[in-house]
Amino acid sequence: MKTFFFLVLLVLAILIGAYLYRVLQGPTIFDRLLGLNGISTKAIILLVLMGTVFERVDMFIDISTGYALLNLVGALAVAKYLEQKGLP
Amino acid sequence: MTFSFEIPLLLLLLVTAVGAVLVEDLISAILLLGSYSFFLALVWAWLGAVDVAFVEAVVGAGLATVLFLLTLFGTAPKVSRLRLPPPPMAALVSLPLLGLLLLYAANDLPQFGDPQSPPSTHISPTYLEQSYQDTHTPNVVTSILMDYRSLDTMIETVVIFTAGIACALLLRRHSS
Repeated sequence: MKTFFFLVLLVLAILIGAYLYRVLQGPTIFDRLLGLNGISTKAIILLVLMGTVFERVDMFIDISTGYALLNLVGALAVAKYLEQKGLP
Repeated sequence: MTFSFEIPLLLLLLVTAVGAVLVEDLISAILLLGSYSFFLALVWAWLGAVDVAFVEAVVGAGLATVLFLLTLFGTAPKVSRLRLPPPPMAALVSLPLLGLLLLYAANDLPQFGDPQSPPSTHISPTYLEQSYQDTHTPNVVTSILMDYRSLDTMIETVVIFTAGIACALLLRRHSS
């Protein structure tokens, strides 16, 4: 079972690479923003999976919740910025 | 198995760091730095330092992104594109050499989690055994930060407080 979770971790890390390509390459800022959001959702899942691999889910749940909240704040800040500054 | 998952995380870190330096738009650089902090927090969590990972996620990914955006909003002109000058030759030569030197020096460090390394045999047991008698604080990390290193922590707080006052004075809106 542990090996299964570890393989899921690896597959998710590879999937992050696809998002990262969009963040690095994306022609507009919105592509990059959406890529970053995707990366952070994957990061949340990765943290919970790390907790299952280490068998200490209770500790890792806290950080992943913090990640989720911060992701919302960051996305709101960027949206506010783009709204007030005009589109690039 | 513990080590094999670090390598993709470190590769992602490297890619985001290089991208944040090379990208030609300030907002994109901020977003890339945000993802860099996410990966760094994942590395901390994988190494077992959950509290450090939490601080990295809060400060690096959340607060720093918002602060950078606020700074950009307060200062930059509408077009935030950069023209990157080519890096100086001395940096191109000396920085990889410095990196090689650091990698060479890192060979001598003890393995991660080695129970026979000098910190694990010499310093850590002393703190773990004696900190409660010395300070009467149940949490070892708190007793080290707040008792053994209390002067250091106090002056750090003074520095952060001074920086906060300076930022508040610089950024306050004039009411006129």
